[in-house]
Amino acid sequence: MKTDVLVIGAGAAGMGAAIAAAKRGLNVVIAERDEITGGILNQCIHNGFGLHYFREELTGPEYAERFREQLEKLSDRIKVFTDCHVLKLGEDRKALLVSPKGILELEAKAVVYTSGARERPFGSLMIPGDRPSGIFTAGVAQRLMNIDNRKVGHRALIVGSGDIGMIMARRLTLEGTEVVAVVERLPYPGGLLRNVIQCLKDFNIPLYLSSTVIEVKGRERLEEVVIANVDEQFKPIPGTERSFKVDTLILSVGLIPQVEMLDGLVQTDRRTKGVACSNIGQSSREWIFAAGNCTAIFDLVDYVTKEGERAGEYASRYAMGERFSQNVPISPGENVMLTFPNFYNAVDDLTLYVRCKKPMEKAMLKVGNFEKIFEDLIPSEMIVAKIPNQKLSGLDRIVVELKEV
Amino acid sequence: MKIAVIGAGVVGSLIARELCKYDAEVLLIEKNMDVGWGVTKANSAILHAGYDDPVGSVRSKFCSLGNAMYTELAKELDFEIKRTGSYVLAFNDEEISVLHKLLKQGEVNKVPGLELHDRDEILSREPRVNPKVKMGLWAPTAGITEPWMIAIAAVENALENGLKLFLNEEVIGFEKSNGKIKKIITNKQEHSVDIVINVAGLFADEISKLAGAEYVPLHPRKGQYILLDKKLGKIVNSVIFPTPTEKSKGILVLPTIDGGLLLGPTAEDLPSDRKHDLTTTSEGLQQIKDFVLKLVPDIDFSLVVKTFAGLRPESPQKDFFISASRTVQNFINVMAMRSPGLTAAPAIAKYVVEDLIQDQLKLTLKRKRNFKSKREAIKKYTQLSLEEWQEVVARKPSAGRMVCFCNEVTEAEIVEAISRGARTLDGVKFRTRAMFGRCQGGFCMSKILKILERELGTDASNITLKSPGSWIVDGKVRE
Ligand SMILES: Cc1cc2nc3c(=O)[nH]c(=O)nc-3n(C[C@H](O)[C@H](O)[C@H](O)COP(=O)(O)OP(=O)(O)OC[C@H]3O[C@@H](n4cnc5c(N)ncnc54)[C@H](O)[C@@H]3O)c2cc1C
Ligand SMILES: Cc1cc2nc3c(=O)[nH]c(=O)nc-3n(C[C@H](O)[C@H](O)[C@H](O)COP(=O)(O)OP(=O)(O)OC[C@H]3O[C@@H](n4cnc5c(N)ncnc54)[C@H](O)[C@@H]3O)c2cc1C
Repeated sequence: MKTDVLVIGAGAAGMGAAIAAAKRGLNVVIAERDEITGGILNQCIHNGFGLHYFREELTGPEYAERFREQLEKLSDRIKVFTDCHVLKLGEDRKALLVSPKGILELEAKAVVYTSGARERPFGSLMIPGDRPSGIFTAGVAQRLMNIDNRKVGHRALIVGSGDIGMIMARRLTLEGTEVVAVVERLPYPGGLLRNVIQCLKDFNIPLYLSSTVIEVKGRERLEEVVIANVDEQFKPIPGTERSFKVDTLILSVGLIPQVEMLDGLVQTDRRTKGVACSNIGQSSREWIFAAGNCTAIFDLVDYVTKEGERAGEYASRYAMGERFSQNVPISPGENVMLTFPNFYNAVDDLTLYVRCKKPMEKAMLKVGNFEKIFEDLIPSEMIVAKIPNQKLSGLDRIVVELKEV
Repeated sequence: MKIAVIGAGVVGSLIARELCKYDAEVLLIEKNMDVGWGVTKANSAILHAGYDDPVGSVRSKFCSLGNAMYTELAKELDFEIKRTGSYVLAFNDEEISVLHKLLKQGEVNKVPGLELHDRDEILSREPRVNPKVKMGLWAPTAGITEPWMIAIAAVENALENGLKLFLNEEVIGFEKSNGKIKKIITNKQEHSVDIVINVAGLFADEISKLAGAEYVPLHPRKGQYILLDKKLGKIVNSVIFPTPTEKSKGILVLPTIDGGLLLGPTAEDLPSDRKHDLTTTSEGLQQIKDFVLKLVPDIDFSLVVKTFAGLRPESPQKDFFISASRTVQNFINVMAMRSPGLTAAPAIAKYVVEDLIQDQLKLTLKRKRNFKSKREAIKKYTQLSLEEWQEVVARKPSAGRMVCFCNEVTEAEIVEAISRGARTLDGVKFRTRAMFGRCQGGFCMSKILKILERELGTDASNITLKSPGSWIVDGKVRE
């Protein structure tokens, strides 16, 4: 089978990409390995989605539904394959689609890769101790509770105070699981202040900063978790141990872009660990575009949708024969932990996403001839700047800096 | 004749299968909910070549023999082995002299193909090892495998040949008369028996005490491990050992059969009352990290997917203890199965059945004429050609539903694992490798829970990770 554009993954990024490509008149196949489209949105039943894109506050499933409707409206041009896993993508632009309906080889003129991210598992943290049941990543616990209607435990401790960890603390409490603490190794909360108040303070859930889990105990089901304070290098400080009798440990310690299917096909970025791409979503292999959490971890779904739409648009232009050359590399400078995109192509303006290295009250973002002041910066919250292309003309290298003011 | 094997580790399972070749009623009793979950579950998974077992030891008698038997056994029982070969690396003159000793010892132990390689040769085959290496002992017959899979395969095949398997059943005593065991008493029932073979791993000394037979005292020696992502699997091609010391083979770097990278084990002697202590420790994990970098300098520890620990049953003699009891006439001990117990297992199984039972105990067993020697592994659909796979999916749609994305396991494989006996998440995991990959079940665990629920006709609350108390979910959030 053949198509103009193949979109791999139907989360926020993939749906955005498929719709944008179809609106340009192309034939699109969108393959999603879950039973329904929407990706991670389907399990996020809290609200806080869509404030930028729709200027209203939606839940994850509501946000996904809006795009699902558009996919349906465009069904003469978009074929939606669900329960369909893309197993392989070859240099010959052929993809292997695996589903209970059959195994299909599909050839595309351009591909938009929007596979999202996976959670960092417990095993990767090298926490010493036993290996009992009752240790879940936030996403698994969320799926078990919100989609499968299952109670994951009675008393829980949460590691990681990013927005996901805090939202889970509230969710578990509302579902009758006592949350004894949220533990964060940084000296400040990892997520939005709004969530610290609405998810922790309002429910009297203590937040232990500069702390980490140093041991888990329990031969069958989890019985006990030991935490300790950490120094600046995140090393546990002896004598500060504190123990909690819990049967559940929830980990919310970061997402990793899923890039493995493209191993050997495209470059990845050392810092984001995602597919390296330009401001039009193009990867180092010109026919592969990418967007969303497989390129960098985004805070807000609204950004992901925008990036997906852009990648879909340029992928379809590529499929119609247009070529985009001359990428300028973008690299992080002073006080900048990471930036996205990784390259700049002058065919479009630059929407730049920046994560700072440390909390700052006020800082000046400097990019080429562009300058803008931002306030109350924290690493967990992305700075977004729209930079018109005339501010970047003539540069052969773009360095992104945050100067404290 | 009724023969009971206590313990379904790799050794007990292979003994049970060997017994099923004869006209006898064979019982295999295992306290865990599945086979291969004792010592067999957490070890280095190496088929050792056999050069480092002291000349004249029981280990040396069975290691290279067992190693050679694996080629045929893997074909019959359809499990994977890879003859990767192994290197022992020497970094100074003292270590080089140890290599020469190992070479001699290996030649006496009849280990084929041993060679000493110089630095250039080593680096041409293993470009990522520490370039300060001076010499290496190359053993081409060394290999890697999946130890629990051997136990699973042996038991599946034995079941087809009449084995009676009792899982989740613990032996707690014996009834004897006239110096013979008449009955095995478990926490669930009693089994009358003619012969008892004790292959209870770490607990074999306790079983022998219960039977009133001779034994060697066992204490656990802990080995901690770090498993890394498949991205690093190709960093080495063979098993990389440091030069061994008196105490142990040292901490190794080796590829796993499914393409990951394994580092370990540590060697920590624990008192005999800590046979359940499978905890990892920060010191142990740190020790592995520090040590392996001397062998292979660029290992990226941000790619760790799991840490775990195993316990070897160690005896003062540091040797296997395999014998028919002199005090209890129908009792056979197969204990102190430290390394290379996995490698030696097929040879031991044959020895126990052919030599101990038939020659020493003078009990004649008659060969079955209809023994089926072959067992087929669960089909991996991703390994089929496109056409073949399409054909299967047309008949069986679940063979086209990918459940574990990291290790590419379909729903059909999981259902098959359950039909072959998986009752827990770990049961599915060790039979199919689902949940074994880089996301460690992040995407598929909840789906597998549902498949287990459906196939077993039970509620998810009754499904556990591994043991009866290791529940996953408890009831519903709302009705
Ligand atoms: C717990 C949680 C809470 C959040 N809360 C908020 C919030 O309050 N507000 C907000 O704006 N944002 C929030 N976000 C962030 C936002 O939801 C995500 O950034 C966004 O949904 C990511 O979209 P995506 O398309 O990149 O990835 P995903 O949603 O992960 O979609 C990727 C899709 O690709 C599919 N896929 C992957 N590989 C393949 C393959 N090989 N074949 C077929 N299909 C494949 C996957 O099944 C998946 O459906 C939250 C995220 C999480 C995890
Ligand atoms: C860290 C480590 C590394 C190793 N590396 C290697 C290697 O690379 N190569 C190699 O060849 N060997 C290696 N070994 C050795 C090898 O793993 C063992 O020799 C082998 O697995 C022993 O198998 P087994 O069947 O004797 O014991 P087990 O697998 O422990 O089986 C015994 C079974 O008996 C059951 N049992 C115990 N008590 C009772 C009871 N009362 N009632 C019912 N059932 C009971 C247990 O539950 C268990 O399943 C290593 C071992 C360790 C720990």
